[in-house]
Amino acid sequence: MKKIIVKGKAKGVILKSKNPINFLGSVDKKSGVIHNEKYDIFNKSIKDSVFVFPHGVGSSVGAYTIFSLKSNNTAPVAMICQKADLTVASGCALANIPMIIVSNDEFDSIEDGKEIQIDTESENILN
Amino acid sequence: MELTKEEQAALNGEMGESLKTAYRILVATGEATNAEKLVPIQWAHLSGVNYNTIGDSGEEFLSMLSKDAKVKVKTTLNPMGFDIDNVSKYNLDQNFIEKQQSIRDSYIRMGVEPTFSCTPYEIYDLPEKNTQVSFAESNAAIYANSLGNLKTNKESAFSALASALTGKSPYSDLRKENTESSTTIRMMLENPNEMDFGLLGFFAGKVADTSVSISGVAKPDKRSCKSLCAGMGTSGTCAKFDFVGEEDNDSEKVDFGKEEMNNIFDELNTTESGDVITLGSPQLGLDELSDLSSMLKGRAFTKNCMIFCPRAIQNQARKLGYTNEIEKAGGEILSDCCTCLTPLINKDETDAVTTNSVKAAYYLKNSTGVDVNLKSLSKIVEEDTK
Repeated sequence: MKKIIVKGKAKGVILKSKNPINFLGSVDKKSGVIHNEKYDIFNKSIKDSVFVFPHGVGSSVGAYTIFSLKSNNTAPVAMICQKADLTVASGCALANIPMIIVSNDEFDSIEDGKEIQIDTESENILN
Repeated sequence: MELTKEEQAALNGEMGESLKTAYRILVATGEATNAEKLVPIQWAHLSGVNYNTIGDSGEEFLSMLSKDAKVKVKTTLNPMGFDIDNVSKYNLDQNFIEKQQSIRDSYIRMGVEPTFSCTPYEIYDLPEKNTQVSFAESNAAIYANSLGNLKTNKESAFSALASALTGKSPYSDLRKENTESSTTIRMMLENPNEMDFGLLGFFAGKVADTSVSISGVAKPDKRSCKSLCAGMGTSGTCAKFDFVGEEDNDSEKVDFGKEEMNNIFDELNTTESGDVITLGSPQLGLDELSDLSSMLKGRAFTKNCMIFCPRAIQNQARKLGYTNEIEKAGGEILSDCCTCLTPLINKDETDAVTTNSVKAAYYLKNSTGVDVNLKSLSKIVEEDTK
């Protein structure tokens, strides 16, 4: 079961994290590189990726971080989460980054490093 | 989510770009919270004020938005980067000051009250029970739901802004009548201080979903409650807690004992001593300044101590004389800003900070990039004053 939070179309390579993400203070806005060493994707860049993570946590200002990433061309092309939270949902809405929620089983089956296509208007949202 | 004709027209852009943007945000957050409709709110509290956190793109966005956007309800806002009264003492670059002033001006143009506080509940009387509000700033949202008898989502900077501009918010589960929490945390520690409550909050945020019950504590004092709210808001998505008697529901039970506390402490505490002390995150209220004033009687800090409180509270504290002892002890009182992400604390000039705030510890470590020495207020007074 998939739920569309922000509509759109995108294609990219999956970057998957097992950690809930606090966007404020965890990512370098200029490069898109994750600099929170507690995260399993420490030192990896979320730029142009299809960013897959359980859900956002923490600061409400993380929404601005997502918007800044988009303005700096360092944002993911789409985000896929297990659970919706307002920070990621509203950040993606303002930044026009497609965002969908998937079931736990679907989340588990998404493989890091694979290319994936998202089209919220299509019958198969993920391809 | 169902929209009224008027809401749909605004989403389609028939009422201008600002409202179109606001409704686009509300639709996304409505889907995210499984809301079936939008409901009116009475008060919005915004985050996204400090230039350090929102940067150039945030500053430009607000500048554009404020050309025609106006808030429809009472709207307050979070701290910015500095206190204009003493910023000249700090080595802050002119660009930061100008960009911060631009952000401030944009908010004022939109009709926002320039409170610059993360503790709106310290400044204003809260509206009547079950009033719908939209608070970003996680500690304030959790406080409103759990202790203030208000109803809010744990709003994001943009969802609260969208609520301010439209006077509406998605009718999520958190806005409805009380629902049972699926998790109960059993507080096993005896005589916890405010820092222990912050650690409990940080732990609760990690294990709980949207709301959590906490057993094993009598209602703590306000300082500890604020610390609990702030810790919880930092680590998770949990937006509400309630104190319950032991075993009074069928929820999943999770213990918070010495071991759990030490694990969180070790995650956040990175050094044994700080160069600077900070008190406030959340900003202190009048009672806390009064307590501090008594605790500091005849004592002096052995290192710099920055004390953050809202402007309105500082003014009251000056009238009541609470600031005398604090300033005599060498404490510096700052308003309009707070420990978390103020550029007044930076790694070029500071290696480590001592604080009793779990929330501050997280952001000092992860955003500011300095070491953190976490200890309770009584221990700070005992060890860092003479």
